[in-house]
Amino acid sequence: MAVCVAVIAKENYPLYIRSIPTENELKFHYMVHTSLDVVDEKISAMGKALVDQRELYLGLLYPTEDYKLCSYGYVTNSKVKFVMVVDSSNTALRDNEIRSMFRKLHNSYTDVMCNPFYNPGDRIQSSPPIDTDVTLGHHQDFIKKHSRAHIPHLLLGVPCIPRRGPRGAPCSQQPRRLRGDPSQALPMAPSLSHDAVSRFILGPRAFDSMVTSMMVQVC
Amino acid sequence: MADAALFEFLHTEMVAELWAHHSDPGPGGQKMSLSVLEGMGFRVGQALGESPTASAWPKRLPLSPRLPQETLAFREELDVLKFLCKDLWVAVFQKQMDSLRTNHQGTYVLQDNSFPLLIRMASGLQYLEEAPKFLAFTCGLLRGTLSTLGIKSLVTASVASLPTCKFQVVIQKT
Repeated sequence: MAVCVAVIAKENYPLYIRSIPTENELKFHYMVHTSLDVVDEKISAMGKALVDQRELYLGLLYPTEDYKLCSYGYVTNSKVKFVMVVDSSNTALRDNEIRSMFRKLHNSYTDVMCNPFYNPGDRIQSSPPIDTDVTLGHHQDFIKKHSRAHIPHLLLGVPCIPRRGPRGAPCSQQPRRLRGDPSQALPMAPSLSHDAVSRFILGPRAFDSMVTSMMVQVC
Repeated sequence: MADAALFEFLHTEMVAELWAHHSDPGPGGQKMSLSVLEGMGFRVGQALGESPTASAWPKRLPLSPRLPQETLAFREELDVLKFLCKDLWVAVFQKQMDSLRTNHQGTYVLQDNSFPLLIRMASGLQYLEEAPKFLAFTCGLLRGTLSTLGIKSLVTASVASLPTCKFQVVIQKT
């Protein structure tokens, strides 16, 4: 089961990070951060040799008490890296399943790039959907298509805070380190109403929901 | 195919619209319109530079915003330029670039003998002064794709006689 998915830009800052069990988010963020070093090592080791598009297993990074977590990496031509942390205790995930997950992620990322409202280099943010009652599988508390995952510029390790949906969906028990209105913090599209924006912006929302479905499916 | 014609019409209208609005007919206003066009092309090129998988686009449509999957292993700049001449040009204009020359010191000249955006205009020296504004978007396109693939560059275009045009790409070494 994929527990954490991250999209890292060329300059090694995160464009998108999402983890499922929200109590240990910092641990996953840290793991993604350390696997970036391995990714960089692999890229530079290729050098003049044939550069493979897909980077294979990074292997067992952190054998913890409960589960063994492996992270896998994938680099595109534009040096955008996708890192996925999976929990392989339940089922042994095959290589081609991981590859197909990365391929789907790559397709969705290409869609996001083609979105005219997305400026390359920005965080990939999804706005809340019009219908908030989407629940997937048994991870109802964690995976609702919820609001903007506001990741501040400087800190890698601040967990994503899901905002309360209009129906008062329960939030996870996270200490609220971020204050302030998310709509103020966002510089983009301030004048469009929420409905108009969500009708036009299919890219980021689809990205978020694609990642969600991918994480659940691989359980 | 119909898609190509749509893009050509849209491009023509884009140029016409930008040119109609600048009240300053001197070089200052013109430069701004050119850089707006170039900026548009840049953003499009950035999106085109993301290499997708082949299965994502229905194969019956020849014009695809995405590029074939095999265009991956870029060992050096020359590979990237070859990719531009072959795959990118085919994806956008349904034909390959006709010639690619280099001085091996970071300057490349891409020549297209029948550039689709110019071919409807004239064949020869007529409208030579008007031609550069129709090339600005494409210069931006090249620059944008190069920038997603990690190469900073400066792209200029020149027309000697329609519809042949040359794009000069100068790689900026930082």
